Amino acid sequence: MRKSFNVMAGLAGAAMLISTAHAADTIKIGDINSYTRLPGHTVPYKNGALLAIEKINAGGGVLGKKLEFVSRDDNGKPGDAIKKAEELFNREGVALISGSLFSHIGLALTAYAGQKKKLYLAAEPLSDALVWAKGNRYTFRLRPSTYMQAAMLAEQVAKLPGKRWATIAPNYAYGKDAVKAFKEVLKAKRPDVKFVTEQWPALFKIDAGAEVQALLKSKPDGVYNVTFGPDLAKFVREGKLRGLFKGRTILGLLTGEPEYLDPMKGEAPEGWIVTGYPWYAITDPTHKAFVASYQKRWKDYPRIGSIVGYNAMLSVAAAIKKAGSTDTEKMVAAMEGLDVDTPSGKVHFRKIDHQSTMGAWVGRTKLKDGKGMMVDWSFKDGANYLPSDAEVMKRRPGK
Amino acid sequence: MGFYFIQFLTGLASASSLFLIAAGLSIIFGVTRILNFAHGSLYMLGAYISYWLLTTLSPGPIGFWLAVLLSATVVGLVGVIIEMGLLRRIYQSPELFQLIATFGVILIISDITRAIWGETDLVGPRAAGLSDAVTIFGHKLPEYDLAMIVLGPLVLGVIWLIFHRTRWGTLVRAATEDREMVGALGVNQAFLFTSVFFMGAFLAGLGGAAQIPKGGADLLMDLNVIAEAFVIVVVGGMGSILGAFLAAIIIGELNAFGILVFPQMTLVLMFAVMAIVLLIRPWGLLGRPETASRAPGEAPEPPLQRADKAVRSLFTATILLLLLVPLFSSDFIMVILIDIFIFVLFAVSLHFIMGPGGLVSFGHAAYYGLGAYASALLVHYLGTPMELALIAAPIVAAAGAFIFGWFSVRLSGVYFAMLTLAFAQITWSIVFQWGEFTYGDDGILNIWPSAWLSSKMAYYYFALILTLACVYVLRRTLFTPFGYITRAGRDSPLRADAIGINVQRQQWLAFIFAGAFAGLAGSIYVFSKGSVFPDQVAIPQSIDGLMMVLLGGVKTLTGPIVGAAMFTALTDWLSSNEVWFWRSILGAIILALVILFPQGIVGFVRDKFRPSEEGG
Repeated sequence: MRKSFNVMAGLAGAAMLISTAHAADTIKIGDINSYTRLPGHTVPYKNGALLAIEKINAGGGVLGKKLEFVSRDDNGKPGDAIKKAEELFNREGVALISGSLFSHIGLALTAYAGQKKKLYLAAEPLSDALVWAKGNRYTFRLRPSTYMQAAMLAEQVAKLPGKRWATIAPNYAYGKDAVKAFKEVLKAKRPDVKFVTEQWPALFKIDAGAEVQALLKSKPDGVYNVTFGPDLAKFVREGKLRGLFKGRTILGLLTGEPEYLDPMKGEAPEGWIVTGYPWYAITDPTHKAFVASYQKRWKDYPRIGSIVGYNAMLSVAAAIKKAGSTDTEKMVAAMEGLDVDTPSGKVHFRKIDHQSTMGAWVGRTKLKDGKGMMVDWSFKDGANYLPSDAEVMKRRPGK
Repeated sequence: MGFYFIQFLTGLASASSLFLIAAGLSIIFGVTRILNFAHGSLYMLGAYISYWLLTTLSPGPIGFWLAVLLSATVVGLVGVIIEMGLLRRIYQSPELFQLIATFGVILIISDITRAIWGETDLVGPRAAGLSDAVTIFGHKLPEYDLAMIVLGPLVLGVIWLIFHRTRWGTLVRAATEDREMVGALGVNQAFLFTSVFFMGAFLAGLGGAAQIPKGGADLLMDLNVIAEAFVIVVVGGMGSILGAFLAAIIIGELNAFGILVFPQMTLVLMFAVMAIVLLIRPWGLLGRPETASRAPGEAPEPPLQRADKAVRSLFTATILLLLLVPLFSSDFIMVILIDIFIFVLFAVSLHFIMGPGGLVSFGHAAYYGLGAYASALLVHYLGTPMELALIAAPIVAAAGAFIFGWFSVRLSGVYFAMLTLAFAQITWSIVFQWGEFTYGDDGILNIWPSAWLSSKMAYYYFALILTLACVYVLRRTLFTPFGYITRAGRDSPLRADAIGINVQRQQWLAFIFAGAFAGLAGSIYVFSKGSVFPDQVAIPQSIDGLMMVLLGGVKTLTGPIVGAAMFTALTDWLSSNEVWFWRSILGAIILALVILFPQGIVGFVRDKFRPSEEGG
């Protein structure tokens, strides 16, 4: 008994040593993401983030200290993510946390940050609630939200004659947000459109043949697609074979991102209007330099996650620099209204709702050399696709 | 009209692929009585291997089917390796122990697949010769759907021929009927089991390979198909191939037409069908009642004994130590310990029905989740004080167990397990899909404890004391008449019945009692994390509980406590220190424990140091 007591005491002592050791010469950035659940999306994110960290450190770091990236896997579960956040702050002594991809995990970390008064930069999750209904002082979000991307697509089709619209989206928070935002923006621009059917396959369990039939039954002029990953591939295959896409306008939220478009190779849909990331065609020199250094470092091309990860770390470094310290309140104050120059242009973190104005690319899909690409694309600045300030205040209560 | 006909054919095509997944699972279970949770992993392997073959060879129409068969054969061989290298070593372990081993296999196969084929989702090439669509009544149907419609019945026919026209098939049927008798007649059981496992794995691989032209291969396939496969097997009747085929058609068509009427309820529908079938025909559509197992080594357990002096002083010392922890530890150690307390309570409550009650529940998460959601919803909608919300949790959980238990205790063994699983999945899908009320997978956030418990240390003591009290009550109950009657019902239902015990009612009461404590554990969890998500009701939560009880030792009272503490600490430690391959390391540790300690860790320690107890 005495022995095991000694062991426990020793362990506890060691833990205390570890927890006090962090006041050293690095600034730790906590990172939480679904590395084992969705590696295809999170690994490029991490690579982008690490590239930025290496670059910042090569330039002398921030406040004279090097940045250190401490990664944790949330196992795809919000409960685990909260536990990892507690571990990162209490044991690793990180200055702030960033990361996450799934919306519900982002929301869980948002609540955690608000309760514990710790800074959280939600890099990739798209849920609108994250900065609006459930937003708080300690949470910022980098990537253009569901609302912003849906608004970009709605703007594209408002000019078209089609009146009968059908939607298909995975039956969970992200899918619901995406459909709601699209309907809202399109209805505002075109009161005459009608939504004839909504299909809600369970996430990653789509019965694609039956879903496509159900969409065909409603005879829509256009289909708004929010499915992604394996669901998207199955939907595209059945849709093509069963003639769903012929003569109709098809929209794909995020479908143009390499994460979703590339796996489909020669099966990628043609002529869809999508939001995405045509990294191969962007001519801006800063972005070209980013692509070159990414390819050199990782022997792979960047995905949307890569540039989000890269921009996230640039934002974190800029915030710490502006704050002049890693004190949470000072970093929050610094992030409100922070401007960061990134490979995708200038990004502004809005004071009003903590959403960044990072933009997205909108274009048409086309098959080239046996794989899907985006053509006729243009870059949309996120700042132009957000509701008015008064509307935002209504949606972000208690702020 | 044409539209509905096409929809019908589409439903048949997906029924065929469901059948292929379920058939192997059913055959393996029928003969070996193993619930092979790794079946989905074999399916995934089949998909990856055939993807690789098809894209590197890009064969013609005949080559396509040869490649599919070759992939299935390779997967069959993987099945043989699993059976000979692992399962064969633990056939003598307590019932369902193999389940844990197969869970370890899932973790390892998943990491191996990722290491070989990478992280990107793979989209399958179209099948050569069947790459277009045909027009029927003015509607288009992919040609490959027609091939699938043929493939299902074809496989069914071949299996029937093998089972009815070969000596091996006769033996398999005999073993499904009465395994011990087949052994007694001198049939080489080891070979029979291995070959059955080959066939089951082959079919899983075939299912995975054949769906490539309709989908592809990705790393989430393994867990995504397993729940459906179980539903089909259970609805059809475990071990019945024709039943699995019927069930696949019912589910496939239900899905095809269900989405026209209830596009949002696809998940609930399937599990509701399963529950209804089990209530009307408890052994599935074409299944047979479970025959009592006469497996050697299943002698009645020795009566429970109260802790002796050594164990009691160990307990006292541990409790004292835990009381002292906050004085010298960091906040994070307390966070982990609180998690451990919650899981200890969860595992001990599961053990109450599983060990002494003899009812293995696969859906204990339902009551944990009901408690968690009861507290969270009360706080969220009514602003109920935390103390009241905490008390409400076990009440709501008990109410859930009251209803589900009433149906479940009518069944026994694997069917009981499956019905509890169905109820848990129904609860989960309602929580998940009824977003307006439960917020779906956004979860319910900002459910924090009252001010007096807001510090980590206060909540630590709160969770510790509550857990200790509950564990004491659960343990003490086993030595009251209530506990003795429960065990009597497990050890000898007939005799218990003869002396006037209403065994079913007793099981029902025990089920409710255990459910209440699980609900309390769920509530403590909610207030420690400040949020609740559908994960708390999902299958992995139930499996974690089973793992803790079985790894600790189901035939001991301390087992679930040790199992829960160890499993929680291990997962946490591994996932913090090794981001990339922690799951396969965990899987390997699980396999090692399963092989080294077939009685569970505490069971092993007890047998080692106090063999006298075994004689009792």
